[in-house]
Amino acid sequence: MSVLAPGKIAYVNARLLDPASGLDRQGGLLTEGEIIIGVGPDLFKGGVPLDAERIDCGGACLAPGLVDMRVQLGEPGQEHKETLASAGEAAVAGGVTSMVCLPNTDPVIDDVATVEFVARRARKNGLAKVYPYAAVTKQIEGKELAEIGMLAEAGALAFTDGTKAIRSAQMMRRALSYAATFGVIIIQHPEEPSMADGGVMNEGELATRLGLAGIPPVAEAIMLERDMRLVALTGGRYHAAHISTKESVAIIRTAKQQGLMVTCDTAPPYFALNELAVGDYRSFAKLSPPLRSEDDRRAIVEGLKQGVIDIIASDHAPQDQDSKRLPFAQAEFGGVGLETLLTVTLELHHNGYLSLLQVIEKLSFAPARLLGLAAGQLQIGAAADLVIFNPDRAGRVDPAKFRSKSKNSPFDGRPIQGRVLRTVVDGRAVFIADL
Amino acid sequence: MNQDLPAYAHRHLLGIEGLSPLEISYLLDQSDAYVEKSRSNDRKSALLRGRTVINLFFENSTRTRTSFELAGKRLGADVINMTVAASSVAKGETLIDTAMTLNAMHIDVLVVRHPDSGAAKLLSEKVNCAVINAGDGAHEHPTQALLDALTIRRRKGHLDGLLVAICGDVLHSRVARSNIHLLNVMGAQVRLVAPRTLLPACAEALGVEVFHTMKDGLKDVDIVMMLRVQNERMKGNFIPSIREYFHFFGLDYEKLSVTKPDALIMHPGPMNRGVEIDSDLADDVERSLIREQVEMGVAVRMACLDVLTGNLGNGGPV
Repeated sequence: MSVLAPGKIAYVNARLLDPASGLDRQGGLLTEGEIIIGVGPDLFKGGVPLDAERIDCGGACLAPGLVDMRVQLGEPGQEHKETLASAGEAAVAGGVTSMVCLPNTDPVIDDVATVEFVARRARKNGLAKVYPYAAVTKQIEGKELAEIGMLAEAGALAFTDGTKAIRSAQMMRRALSYAATFGVIIIQHPEEPSMADGGVMNEGELATRLGLAGIPPVAEAIMLERDMRLVALTGGRYHAAHISTKESVAIIRTAKQQGLMVTCDTAPPYFALNELAVGDYRSFAKLSPPLRSEDDRRAIVEGLKQGVIDIIASDHAPQDQDSKRLPFAQAEFGGVGLETLLTVTLELHHNGYLSLLQVIEKLSFAPARLLGLAAGQLQIGAAADLVIFNPDRAGRVDPAKFRSKSKNSPFDGRPIQGRVLRTVVDGRAVFIADL
Repeated sequence: MNQDLPAYAHRHLLGIEGLSPLEISYLLDQSDAYVEKSRSNDRKSALLRGRTVINLFFENSTRTRTSFELAGKRLGADVINMTVAASSVAKGETLIDTAMTLNAMHIDVLVVRHPDSGAAKLLSEKVNCAVINAGDGAHEHPTQALLDALTIRRRKGHLDGLLVAICGDVLHSRVARSNIHLLNVMGAQVRLVAPRTLLPACAEALGVEVFHTMKDGLKDVDIVMMLRVQNERMKGNFIPSIREYFHFFGLDYEKLSVTKPDALIMHPGPMNRGVEIDSDLADDVERSLIREQVEMGVAVRMACLDVLTGNLGNGGPV
């Protein structure tokens, strides 16, 4: 791949999908260097500019590159599970052009130097753009506020203790209140820790039969309900990560109706799988929050459809074999998701729940808007971060082909419909599928 | 209205809230006279000869206690300092016991500082002498507000119409509360500037405008009052660190650049240099009134002792 800025590139014969403007038409897009300089159904009516390289999309969809707002990186600290380079490869293979990484690295991203380290390392590999969150509390211990103001100035997009919930109500109150001073968002892993402690899968009949300790759905509801009251008290901005239950959808819906500044996301496992995926102690299906009941799954789909759930993120959590090839209770939580984010989400389109535009909105425009990123739009002057995909092409999830260093996908072997053909970051093709 | 009543007709000085503009102006006028007297060679008078003033301090204080002590002594009173470590007493009952004991000794003025809000009021209900609140918890510190007002009035000529920003730990500050009441009633306009974690709930209800950035909050103000931030609140409970606090809320020349060009800076002391205020700025005689505030403190306390002991004599209303 050349590091020189490319010249003009004309993408012709594409189905343009731009949720920001509501555009869903056949047409073309022209980039020059790192930015989009033309887009529209009639762009190439008079022919493709002579000095432009021509890429025929063959009728495939051309959309803004995906913005994945919840990715765990192994780097720094757990490079045997994932590095910035391998995550970058996996991202672009999945059509992701921007990803935001959680601060629960080693060392924790809770100071300005670490934020700058991640930003500098990520720039080097030139694949998907990497943005960091920073910790809400020092060392994600939930006891003392991190330097939220200075971290925001250094480039932290929002604040979260990652996979740990902010346990103390007083700390959450202060965090929301302090963050509101700077207009930044607190992202919560909504799970009451004392109720989840020791649990390894959804509490219910299956957990009972398998003899596994359960995490009840109310663990999520309790934390969300508490937090909604704190948001109302402080006027802070709050985002609930990966909601997984029917009740959570209802709580967020009510909060939005009350006018609270609340948003939420979910991840593909919570609308595409249910607890039965745990089956015979399959540790790849051990996720946090746990896969829930079929009732909950349907409610998540409904929540997406109705717009209660704003965003879909991969919740990419790489784990090596040593962390997963263990008795279920001892295995680590989490699954990789960058490379299946788009294809699994397309099921919502194929099943008639979301339009293609809505799919792209939840995967790209909505997270970019929430986090204030200049991404997620096919707009003249915007960065040429693009994904070209065929929404219909059939295939199967094959972790052996994953670019991610870890292969722990809960979707292992799943038949899918849809394929990423090309991913473009800042005008350069960073992924081209072998067909 | 009885024309014989003095313009400040209360037995005690427990707080600024509830005082009228007339009463405040009267105390400030009296204080003004004492400034001149303190600057002359004839500082000492015999006005309070035979009167006993007790400084009863349940909290460490050097500046305020010394200021009251000096004020009392310059007026010829016998001044006794009692410092009680608050942690060593079981509060409540002991506080009242202490008051009753002192009351039995026929004292004239009790100057009280206590870490609990309302302590001065509680004492005042149990004694026959006059009580001056020298700071109760996060409630009031009336003589500080009076000395701040005197300092401003002498520099600017008036209080009404001024735009005053009070910056920092308002949540825990009795100085802020007293100043808000005084400035509001005297016709000044008050802004609070602080991170949300250092503001009390419903701060707006005190009749102020609330800001969360120095840039917005200090815009066009005449006076910047900085508040002290206690170190123990800097360790991640209310704010993440000293470094971050100074970066966003510490007063330096850059943040001061949006105020009126002749804006003046105040601080109740003791200052944390490099935490809430830049060290050079604190020492800048063109901008900083910090040393002048200390001088005004003695004058204000002399005036208060004078007025309150005068009221004891005529048995005026409480």
